[in-house]
Amino acid sequence: MSEYIEHDIDGVSVGVVEKKFFNFAEPPNQMVLENGKKLGPITIAYETYGRLDPEKRNAVLVFHALSGDSHAAGYYDPDDPKPGWWDIMVGPGKGIDTDKYFVVCSNILGSCMGSTGPCSINPETGMPYGLHFPVVTIGDMVEAQKELMDHLGIEKILSVVGGSIGGMQVLEWCARYPDRVRSAIPLATTTRHSALAIAFNEVGRQSIMADPNWNNGDYYAGEKPNLGLAVARMIGHITYLSDESMRLKFGRRLQDKSDFSFNFDADFQIESYLRYQGKKFVDRFDANSFLYITKAADYFDLRKQYGNGSSVEAFSKTKAKYLVVSYTSDWLYPTYQSRSMVKAMKKNGMDVSFCEIEAEWGHDAFLLPNRTLNSMMKGFLERVYNETE
Amino acid sequence: MSTTKQNKNGMRFDLQLIASWIEPGAKVLDLGCGNGDLIYHLREKKAAHGIGIEHDEVKVTHCIEKGLSVLQGDINEEVLDYPDNAFDYVILSQTLQQVYKPLTLIHSILRIGHKGIVSFPNFSHWRIRLQLLLSGYAPITRQLPYQWYDTPNIRVIALKDFRKFIKENSFKMIKEVDINTNPKDKSGSVIRILPNLFATFGIFMIGKDTS
Repeated sequence: MSEYIEHDIDGVSVGVVEKKFFNFAEPPNQMVLENGKKLGPITIAYETYGRLDPEKRNAVLVFHALSGDSHAAGYYDPDDPKPGWWDIMVGPGKGIDTDKYFVVCSNILGSCMGSTGPCSINPETGMPYGLHFPVVTIGDMVEAQKELMDHLGIEKILSVVGGSIGGMQVLEWCARYPDRVRSAIPLATTTRHSALAIAFNEVGRQSIMADPNWNNGDYYAGEKPNLGLAVARMIGHITYLSDESMRLKFGRRLQDKSDFSFNFDADFQIESYLRYQGKKFVDRFDANSFLYITKAADYFDLRKQYGNGSSVEAFSKTKAKYLVVSYTSDWLYPTYQSRSMVKAMKKNGMDVSFCEIEAEWGHDAFLLPNRTLNSMMKGFLERVYNETE
Repeated sequence: MSTTKQNKNGMRFDLQLIASWIEPGAKVLDLGCGNGDLIYHLREKKAAHGIGIEHDEVKVTHCIEKGLSVLQGDINEEVLDYPDNAFDYVILSQTLQQVYKPLTLIHSILRIGHKGIVSFPNFSHWRIRLQLLLSGYAPITRQLPYQWYDTPNIRVIALKDFRKFIKENSFKMIKEVDINTNPKDKSGSVIRILPNLFATFGIFMIGKDTS
């Protein structure tokens, strides 16, 4: 996902928030991962907004996508130039209303924004894990989130919400812990990556691994593989946009010049934009985390893991009420993928609502201000909250 | 002609009648649910579990905002996904005249629902007959207000046609109420005498073949 991070136009916000850390899986009680390897100790960075009610019925879990973090809303400091990444959605009176709900957002396992990942120190060596970090899955990320829920004393979650890779975590929660999830909002997501999505991720990974500074993942003491990571990010940005959004936003317009330079500088605005996004990304993101998280997304296959290849069977194990949303111009996770999960939910007689929102901004549309999405989520959450016995 | 005026809850007159047929707690699928007035009413007044299918994105979002379970999609395709007898009632109101394959759709309705409720504008109303007879142009009425070139309606159905259709295809006709109302009106009257001539709409409850 991109870094849009828009201020709320009405200036409403949860205010100053704090990043917290939860530590668990201390040896010898390490977490056993899906691939059979053990990992521990584990730290999960998380933030909470709003208040948990005494009956603990109002917890909403928000999941971030590839490059996000636990900072979904508010400001760390009143002078912060930018709020959390989904501040337009999470806050008082917003789509996910923090006056009503207790919102938790944690950084995923394998990331580099405070939770344990390849850039964390390996207790066995005293050095960063690098490629010694085990390959984690979406299931492992959810398992770590489950530990956090246990720690917070939340047995039943009112709703799990997320887009893109965050949406995969939503689906994984529904299948892995059906009795703990009352409702789910998977946005712009899929039950498994298409060949197209895997292809883009692989080009991104190859770009990182081809950077001489990558050094088999062991680069923390020296120069980082910034060029490779920047190119990986540029590819990502292409997949987050759409033909239409690029045509409207950039077209063939030139960047600060009236004619071609006849060299390989960034002539076109789109070139300049991608270079800028790539450069900006390397300052805050770890290349190895990019490898691990994209791999986890590629491995994710709800049908295979929970339904022997059938999404109908996979969803038969879930019990949540669903609100599924897709976007017309999303070519990374096109609407047909959302429709196929909706079909499987219907065949199981589940309570599901579905809307394909007309949007020109491609996959990233779920991060952009959209009154429709806000009001639908608000209405849906209100209903599931009222239906909670 | 006996008439009963109703205007209870701001809902379209035909929907009020349809709602009166539905038992509390029933499971209902509304095909072409629009802004969700019927399923909202059924949920609030009858504790019914309503699901809607609607093609229009804006209407779908209005429904979901109200906390209704609604799916955006084409009714002809969406009905295929549900298991047999998933609903007590499947409703198709004021839409039959726009359906490309009515027999296929009615079969689907009675596969996924125990009963179907179908309403449509009556093409054999005396005004329509008179217009065609006197003017010689394709009739335009308040119920069917379109020119031939911009109408979404691809079929003309008389009440008698539908009764014949139900019989010929061995479905069961459970109930019929014929009414005089306009497409968006909240009031109207029930027509008991010569409905094929005097009713603007027919509402039918149909069931599976029991033979």
